[in-house]
Amino acid sequence: MMIAIPAEIHRGEKRVATSPEVVRKLIAAGFEVTLESGAGTGANFSDDIFRGMGAAIATDAESAWAAGDLILKVRPPEFNDELGRHEIDLMSTGARLISFIWPAQHEDLLSQLAAKQATALAMDSIPRLSRAQKLDALSSMANIAGYRAVIEAAHHFGRFFSGQITAAGKVDPAKVMVIGAGVAGLAAIGAAKSLGAIVRAFDTRPEVKDQIESMDAEFLELEFEEEGSGEGGYAKVMSKEFIEAEMALFAEQAREVDVIITTALIPGKPAPKLITNAMVLSMRDGSVIVDLAAEQGGNCEETVPGKVVTRYGVHIVGYTDLPSRLASQSSQLYATNIYNLIMDMCPEKDGNIMVDMDDDVIRGATVVNQGEITWPPPAIEVSAERKPSFGGQAIKHEGKGSSDKTHDAAIGASGISRFAKSVWLPMILGGLALFGLGQVAPPSFMAHFTVFVLSCFIGYMVIWNVSATLHTPLMSVTNAISSIIILGALTQISSTSNLIYILAGIAAFITCINIVGGFSVTQRMLQMFKG
Amino acid sequence: MSPSLITVAYLASAVLFILALGGLSTNDTARRGNLFGMIGMAIAVLVTIIAFVSRNLEILIVIMLAGGAIGFILSRRVQMTQMPELVAILHSLVGLAAVLIGFATFMDSSIEYIGVEKTIHEIEIYIGICIGALTFTGSVVAYGKLSGMIGGAPLMLPARHWLNLVLFIAVVVIAVRFVGEPDHNQATMLLLAMTVIALLFGIHMVAAIGGADMPVVISMLNSYSGWAAAATGFMLSNDLLIVTGALVGSSGAILSYIMCRAMNRHFISVIAGGFGTSGGSSAGPSIEGEVQTIDTAAMADLLNAAKQVMVVPGYGMATAQAQHAIADITKTLISKGISVRYGIHPVAGRMPGHMNVLLAEAKVPYDIVFEMDEINDDFPDVDVSIVVGANDTVNPLAQEDVDSPIAGMPVLEVWKGHTTVVLKRGMAAGYAGVDNPLFVKENTRMLFGDARESLEALAQAI
Repeated sequence: MMIAIPAEIHRGEKRVATSPEVVRKLIAAGFEVTLESGAGTGANFSDDIFRGMGAAIATDAESAWAAGDLILKVRPPEFNDELGRHEIDLMSTGARLISFIWPAQHEDLLSQLAAKQATALAMDSIPRLSRAQKLDALSSMANIAGYRAVIEAAHHFGRFFSGQITAAGKVDPAKVMVIGAGVAGLAAIGAAKSLGAIVRAFDTRPEVKDQIESMDAEFLELEFEEEGSGEGGYAKVMSKEFIEAEMALFAEQAREVDVIITTALIPGKPAPKLITNAMVLSMRDGSVIVDLAAEQGGNCEETVPGKVVTRYGVHIVGYTDLPSRLASQSSQLYATNIYNLIMDMCPEKDGNIMVDMDDDVIRGATVVNQGEITWPPPAIEVSAERKPSFGGQAIKHEGKGSSDKTHDAAIGASGISRFAKSVWLPMILGGLALFGLGQVAPPSFMAHFTVFVLSCFIGYMVIWNVSATLHTPLMSVTNAISSIIILGALTQISSTSNLIYILAGIAAFITCINIVGGFSVTQRMLQMFKG
Repeated sequence: MSPSLITVAYLASAVLFILALGGLSTNDTARRGNLFGMIGMAIAVLVTIIAFVSRNLEILIVIMLAGGAIGFILSRRVQMTQMPELVAILHSLVGLAAVLIGFATFMDSSIEYIGVEKTIHEIEIYIGICIGALTFTGSVVAYGKLSGMIGGAPLMLPARHWLNLVLFIAVVVIAVRFVGEPDHNQATMLLLAMTVIALLFGIHMVAAIGGADMPVVISMLNSYSGWAAAATGFMLSNDLLIVTGALVGSSGAILSYIMCRAMNRHFISVIAGGFGTSGGSSAGPSIEGEVQTIDTAAMADLLNAAKQVMVVPGYGMATAQAQHAIADITKTLISKGISVRYGIHPVAGRMPGHMNVLLAEAKVPYDIVFEMDEINDDFPDVDVSIVVGANDTVNPLAQEDVDSPIAGMPVLEVWKGHTTVVLKRGMAAGYAGVDNPLFVKENTRMLFGDARESLEALAQAI
């Protein structure tokens, strides 16, 4: 099967849908690969490198598109001004396409693809299942965007990010607030931290607190109880009261921080406006806002998508092509995501792909299948998997709890008989045994017996207090004092009977080994525990 | 010396012994406690010598000095890793002494008992010798197993439970005949016969118990040596012996209980022996998966990058004498600001508290050494767990597989940490004979080889 990778024509787009490494692996898996000449230039992959990996180079876009049984792209197909034709028209009939498509925004594309009898898989529509993580191009791109957002911020910010004490005076570290701790937000936190800034982060989903704190950033908490987790690990729209509390927090932070990076997005909705004019006004001159939600309208009221503007002395970065600004890196990750998807569809590694509509991941990504529009996909029925891990755990806990309850109930039912067996029976038997003993035993024996029983109880009380660390010394010291049995030998050694005298002598000898050995080794051990 | 004075002296000894044991509740008071124990012993021995010894005093002193010297040398020479062996052999001496004193008492006709008192006295002698004899041989076998002179595997005689039952019945039958026996020679023969049976019973009992159950066995023998002393006390009508014997007996019993609980096993089933050989282990799932190895350089990087490190030592650390090497590593890591803690399973090693003693010897600060229950919930935060020569105590099968012979045994949940490095000689199963799926978990790395050499190399690499 021939895989073709045309050059991206979207203005400013530098990414390419493959990398030399992935080309090599695809060819190893039995595919043929053709690239449009210059496709990788923006990402610093020259034609020669691809050729070295075994790819063919097509001289122009038309031949590249026509050659491919499977087309790999980054941006959705669009009208090619240079050729005066739409990219979809360049495809051969019945070919397959893998790229970002954003079917919700581009329904016209779907019908065009269907008309071409094409099969199209949208990288943006891959369901968020844990096994699909290696295909998740949105996360790959978000990661890069988060990193790049910090770099852009640092670029526009007139100071260091890290604090320093220099001969020329003290430099305070920059304070960065990140709103939204998804993949992009966490990447931004990491990048800002490693530049040395003080980082605070906010998210409506309380469960990301640990993730934020694990990156050494401060989690900004609201004194407000509302669960912000929506389906698929994304955030949902919050109540009015919550938003008011949240805005108050942002207003307060805006006065204090130097850099704000916003990443707040709600699937299928315009980006929430979180940074108002007034907040921008309250920020210090030279501060920077990087709005990663610019493409969806922006989290800041002053954001101009695709541009950097300065309002009230604050630089507001509204670039919508941050991943493209790190083209090598994003191409590499995106290519790997696509490669993993192709490999999922090509289990035999025989150079052919199969669109298996029974596979949840493939089904979700496929928006057009052999001329038939298959978007939107039906909901996936594995609810435990669709929710992120904490949801699954909650279910487990519930299960455990209920089984505990039934267990308790069982104990309750048979409790009386068990109690009778475990406590009363030995007590009654013990009482009877004592009674029997009292009937026959002489007083002298009973006196000793009293001492014995009480000593057992003292031993019980004392030993439970011994710390587990000292169990070995406990054994050696009890060993030493159990040699008190030497008293028996001492009372007998003066016997006139030779046999008794010898027996007692041997007993005295060995117990002495024990006494001295036991105490002395205990002392030696305890010396080590001095600390 | 007046009887009351003797009683007061014995009372003082008894109190000092209780204080000695009570002192062991904290590290700070433990040494003072041991001193109390020595004083108590000295008082008891001196008072008894003054009050009772009328002849053979010179010989007695020579004997005692000789015995004391041997004990002292033993205690100085012993390696900390060999503590279980030392304790076992010392237990055997208590048992032997109880047997000898029992016989001496039996032959001593200076005090005449009549009626019920005679019966009780005879029963006391009988029980004292019986417990002493089985403590003696049981401890000797335990010593043999611990020192490697006898293989650690349980001895599985056919119908061993029946054999035990027959021996027990024989002991009871002989007891009944012995108590009523008027003829002294005949009675001596019966007593000797019982002693032989008890000796055999002691051998068989410990031989049938597997190596992993040694902590229970040692504690149990500790308990028996106490009961032997208590029985001797009854026989001699000596309250100090009774008190001390009861203290030691309950101490050993509690330790046995703690050890059994730590293995989720019943005391009876431990005593019945044959751990890991009855049914379960053969039916257990064989472990599938790939072992991932690591070298010391990679492990050093891993440790340097970690924030929280947990060390889980086991018997393997004792056999490899690796406690000093791991202590060095601990010191280095702590100086780099990495938090290092130790997680100790109650039955790690071959006797209760074995690991603690080794770590104390290597000067690992004891405030970073924790018991299993204290730290088991912390594993999810641990970056690197280092498992040194532990196996069954970190086996996830105990929680995952209800058919496993170790099912339900509390274990250290190392697999919940980010990465686990297991130091091990080879892929052999632990004493319980159970495979360990921990070794093939995704986040586990194996470092094969002698634990001490590996750790010393690691200490260099960090």
